[in-house]
Amino acid sequence: MRDRLIFAGQLLFTLLVAAFLIVPAALSMLAGVTTNYFRGISSGFTLQWIVQVWDLYADTIGRSFLIAGATLVVTLLIGIPAAYGLHVRGGRLARAIEEIITLPLAIPGLAIALALLLTYNGFSDFRRSWLFILAGHVVFTLPFMVRSVMAIFSAIDVKTLDESASSLGASPLRRFLDVIVPNARPGILAGSLMVVTLSLGEFNLTWMLHTPLTKTLPVGLADSYASMRLEVASAYTLVFFCMIIPLLIAMQMFATWGEASGVRK
Amino acid sequence: MKAQASEPHGVAVRIAACGKTFGDGTRALEPVSLDIARGETMVLLGPSGCGKTTLLRMVAGLERPDAAGRIFFNDADVTDVPIEQRKVGMVFQSYALFPNMNVAENIAYGLKFRGGSAQERKARVAELVALTGIEGLEHRRIDQLSGGQRQRVALARAVAVRPSVLLLDEPLTALDAALRERLRSDLNRLLRTLGITTIYVTHDQAEAMALGDRIVVMRKGAVAQVGAPRDIYFTPANRFVAEFVGAANILEGVSGAGALTLRGGRLAIEKTSVKGPSLAMVRPESIAIVAAENASLTGEVTSVSFTGDRQRLTISGAAERPIMVDIPNTLMVKAGDRVGLSVDPSAIRLLPKGEA
Repeated sequence: MRDRLIFAGQLLFTLLVAAFLIVPAALSMLAGVTTNYFRGISSGFTLQWIVQVWDLYADTIGRSFLIAGATLVVTLLIGIPAAYGLHVRGGRLARAIEEIITLPLAIPGLAIALALLLTYNGFSDFRRSWLFILAGHVVFTLPFMVRSVMAIFSAIDVKTLDESASSLGASPLRRFLDVIVPNARPGILAGSLMVVTLSLGEFNLTWMLHTPLTKTLPVGLADSYASMRLEVASAYTLVFFCMIIPLLIAMQMFATWGEASGVRK
Repeated sequence: MKAQASEPHGVAVRIAACGKTFGDGTRALEPVSLDIARGETMVLLGPSGCGKTTLLRMVAGLERPDAAGRIFFNDADVTDVPIEQRKVGMVFQSYALFPNMNVAENIAYGLKFRGGSAQERKARVAELVALTGIEGLEHRRIDQLSGGQRQRVALARAVAVRPSVLLLDEPLTALDAALRERLRSDLNRLLRTLGITTIYVTHDQAEAMALGDRIVVMRKGAVAQVGAPRDIYFTPANRFVAEFVGAANILEGVSGAGALTLRGGRLAIEKTSVKGPSLAMVRPESIAIVAAENASLTGEVTSVSFTGDRQRLTISGAAERPIMVDIPNTLMVKAGDRVGLSVDPSAIRLLPKGEA
């Protein structure tokens, strides 16, 4: 009896917390398809806001995915070798570098953006292109990639794997491609998931770095909240959800599949 | 496994004054010089932290010796040659098999870098699979293998590339005792079959005795003794070697007039120039129990432990410290008995004093 009471209590608490988090999101999405939110659902449902959002902001959606994809590519190319180098080398210098890479997590995005602006304002072509936002996103997301790959490196004793491949005659590059990367796959997938999610939702930095021609999805969202009807902004949120949730599920499935079909000791 | 012993293979390894000081100034290894003959199995034996693995890793090319040290394979100085070009075969304590490849792919991995056609590689893998007795496991994933199977795959992978020297870092330590014993004799047969120069690191003295043509006993970063297993066992150079390799009674007494005088009497010893306080070693199996009445050394049995194949007595009162004696399993002795001890003079080994 007492156990059941405790269970019921815990269930209720969990549901309340879940509701606290989910209800606003649901309301917001509902608002996006309501004809007039101030009159409530009784005003009827419509897709006009979504159409309007699509007309106004379709380019921001495409750009967000472009930037997220490019950020992923860059963090993979820099992050995996960096994690490998830091892990194999070890020592005080490696730890110091790891801390420096992680610094952007502690510094407010606005400060990073300011630093980038101060430094690269002179390079006007770069400043005006989406590559400028890409640079900001890479700075911000790189630690997540490096950290999750390094975590898997310590879990699988990559140093000994590397040594054993080298004893068999493999050059450093071959070792990296044949042994290190395949065995770090769960960490790489987890890192990728994080990098893409963070890049898609990043606002602070992007808001400082964007130009009217290089808006991303979250910046567009802020823009619509500030300047449009509430229904439009809400419809935008709905579009955002519809885009990002299938993507996240797909990546998660891919990661689980990667883990199941390969690796692990 | 094939049983015929083969010609010596591989290279002679010469380690010349190789010491290792780590970046923070700690000395892992005093300068060591060793010559390992072509086809010889040399065992590096010692407790953890004695520098044996560091020495092995230097031969492999995974550690660099301090400036004065050189490593030679035959007459070629390989000190500056990176590991991937040294043509060594190495088995790690954790085996370090590649989890992303199956058994056959693991064994074939090194062959890719030694030339040869795909067909030749396949044939070599089949040869190694047969040699190490892992038929039927070729397509298994690494995490589907038992500890013993992993050990064999690691060995097959290291041997597949026909290395000039085979380096084994505690290859049996990760296994449980019964399996360890079986794999030890398999490993012994394999090493004899291959006839390849081998350096074998272990902290297990039974393993060292069984596998080594010669043993290097190491302690605190220095070589304590180099010799054949029999030499190490019967004529240890010092107290550390005597106690580390096998069971040993260390007797403190006074030598003179052809005898060693202990608390409980005297033991006849071979002629020696040593006079006065001295240290001697006697193995438990070299001591025989005789009637107390006419023995020159007596003591009291304080415990009898029966282990099946023999029984070990602990005798007190004969020397400063209790003496261990191994006797046949049929002899009836019980705690409290007063017994005489007799030792062949040739089985008593005087040790240098002043070493822990």
